[in-house]
Amino acid sequence: MSTYNKIVNDLTPKQFSRIGIIWIAILCMVTVAGIIAYIDQIMRGMEVTNLRDYALWGVYISNFVFFVATSFVGALTASILRLTKKKWRTSLVRIAEIVAVASIAMAGVTIILDMGRPDRIPNLFLHPRLQSPITWDVLIIMIYLTFSVLLLYIPSIPDFAILKKLNHDKPFLRKLYGILAINWKGTEQQIKIHQKSIQVLAITMIPLALQLQTIDAWLFSTTYRIGWDSSNFGPYFIAGAFVAGTGALIATVYIVRKFYNMHDYITEKHFDKMGRLLVFSCLVYLYFNINEYLIPAFKTTQLEADHLMEMFFGHFSWMFWFVTVGGLIIPSTLLMFRKMRKPLPMFIIAVLVVVTSWAKRYVIVTPSMLHPFLPMQGVPESWHHYVPSIHEWLITGATLAMALLIITFLMRFIPVIPIQRTLDERGITESANDQN
Amino acid sequence: MDKKEVNSRRSFLDKSLKLGLMGVVGGAIAVKLADATAQEGEKVKVLTQDGKVVEVDSNAIQKVNHASHSAEYKVREGFPGRKFVMVIDLAKCKNALKCVDSCNKEHHITTPNAWLKVYKMQNTNQTSPYWQPVLCQHCDKPPCVTVCPVDATFKRRDGIVLIDNERCIGCRFCMAACPYSVRVFNWGDPKQPQLEEGYEYTPDFGGLPSQVGTVDKCDFCPHATAKGELPHCVTACPQGVFYFGDIYEDTVTNGDETVKFSKLIKDKAGYRLLEGLGTSPSVYYLPPVDRLVDFDEADFSYDQVKYTSSSNTETK
Repeated sequence: MSTYNKIVNDLTPKQFSRIGIIWIAILCMVTVAGIIAYIDQIMRGMEVTNLRDYALWGVYISNFVFFVATSFVGALTASILRLTKKKWRTSLVRIAEIVAVASIAMAGVTIILDMGRPDRIPNLFLHPRLQSPITWDVLIIMIYLTFSVLLLYIPSIPDFAILKKLNHDKPFLRKLYGILAINWKGTEQQIKIHQKSIQVLAITMIPLALQLQTIDAWLFSTTYRIGWDSSNFGPYFIAGAFVAGTGALIATVYIVRKFYNMHDYITEKHFDKMGRLLVFSCLVYLYFNINEYLIPAFKTTQLEADHLMEMFFGHFSWMFWFVTVGGLIIPSTLLMFRKMRKPLPMFIIAVLVVVTSWAKRYVIVTPSMLHPFLPMQGVPESWHHYVPSIHEWLITGATLAMALLIITFLMRFIPVIPIQRTLDERGITESANDQN
Repeated sequence: MDKKEVNSRRSFLDKSLKLGLMGVVGGAIAVKLADATAQEGEKVKVLTQDGKVVEVDSNAIQKVNHASHSAEYKVREGFPGRKFVMVIDLAKCKNALKCVDSCNKEHHITTPNAWLKVYKMQNTNQTSPYWQPVLCQHCDKPPCVTVCPVDATFKRRDGIVLIDNERCIGCRFCMAACPYSVRVFNWGDPKQPQLEEGYEYTPDFGGLPSQVGTVDKCDFCPHATAKGELPHCVTACPQGVFYFGDIYEDTVTNGDETVKFSKLIKDKAGYRLLEGLGTSPSVYYLPPVDRLVDFDEADFSYDQVKYTSSSNTETK
């Protein structure tokens, strides 16, 4: 088989294997359970959650912030690596963009789950108030979603053209890829426009991504709440998103490499580079964490002191130390060693990073809710604490499963590694191939 | 000719001086005296805003056109020319909870999220504890209104912060933003007793009806004010803890006594909660000094709080 055919064949999306089908079945089951729980929540109201007047935001909002954070990977790899013209990115950008699209789409969904009246979503557009950080959030999520989809779609156009040709005997796929390829022929002019569009998109993504994370942080820091009232919050969230996004990317890349047999395209060198990136991002995030906790701890104003005691030694301490040690100290120390920057150890660390990133959002959102300015009184004892209910876990689980489903299905139809670009970089053309 | 001119000038000066005085004359009196203006030279006693009785020539009295009183009432604008204020005298509160019961009853609150709560406060170990009723502070710079994405909660010219429960999307950002934790959420169906048929919802009457998935809070009872009544907590309190009034009129009343607001606040060192945040509340507190009743810890039980029985329990 010629090199051209081999590469195209390797990188073409494959039909789901048996493991793939089992994987999808499990995800669908989790999703359906969550949808049933959500229907119940709609019918009975949010009393099915354990949220109450003091703990008024909980796992839904934490989960939302987590999705927003992981979507940062799109801008991170896609734009920064694209603009810095790092060759090794080629195998990673598409995966990063897929993760970003799935995350930001699910962020949009999860925020709706937290609404008391989802039937009134149109009010956000009929009666918008520009001064509300929620309005900013709605706008930036829609814009970021649009740009993420474009940044996934536009670079894939040449690949769709290849896939159209490849699937000439399958009417559905031929038609699908035909539409997506929008008559791509690879002419000089098309290539010029194509590259220019990608360039513009990649540059635009960077400020958008920074805005997305910052506005997300402002949802909290525009209030007076202890633990949120911090001018550090914008960069703190950006750094956190950097960690969460890189972790999610490494974990996904590992799975893609293993199950799609991409060992020739995703090499140990890629893991080494991503490992370095994760160390860097963890150290930056650690720096912001020190700012966020050490300075209030130094001053220990009464309310801050109560809040921090609860974090360091109290009810939330196990979670706080889990996310700090597991999500920051372990990854940044272990990945300093070259031996740890191998695929499998990296995968384990990346999963740990993703789990702790999720838990980190919970630690940011929940404890602050339980430290109001006036004492918590005059409500039933159970309202003084917050542990998510079964409904909340089922619904949250479903959102995570849906994100994975989106990733899985996007990978079924879009080549996880850009075909055309890989060919170009290796200097292989179809015609050159024919002459051989 | 000359004399006449001087006269007219004098009378002009005279008139303008009196007009200046009249600016502070109560509108109601002016209206009453409007007919008397025909009788020249008659002296009339009127009450100035700062409580002095002065005599003025009835000639000088003109009907003051209170544009505001005739203006149309709009729910998002509030009562024209009014600015409501409340004073809570902590020295008198003995946690009888009648305010809470009355509020719960009048606003049909069925779930244990009362809009008005009585807190047991103790600032330090050395200082004595006291009871502190807390309701919506109706801030002049309300953080809840700032963050609302759909303009469901709004600030009126008369100082009241209200919620349009038909607009609210239930994002609860206002609850996160409120430093006084006075906002409550209808987590489930409030299951209120049936309202009269044909009743039309207005933000003026919070809790009528409460709507699932939306935020509720103290509405400062504009429905009572419209009828010339005091808010339910004010009338219910056996101790006269709550004073309600209009800051423009500089008077507040607890139903038994009517006092000058500025003097009360000055004499008794009134303050507002979390003043440092800059929210500028409309609710003032008088410090719990020389308390009329001893602090009794045994009073501290929220099991005593009564809620409106839900429609479910009624049908049972």
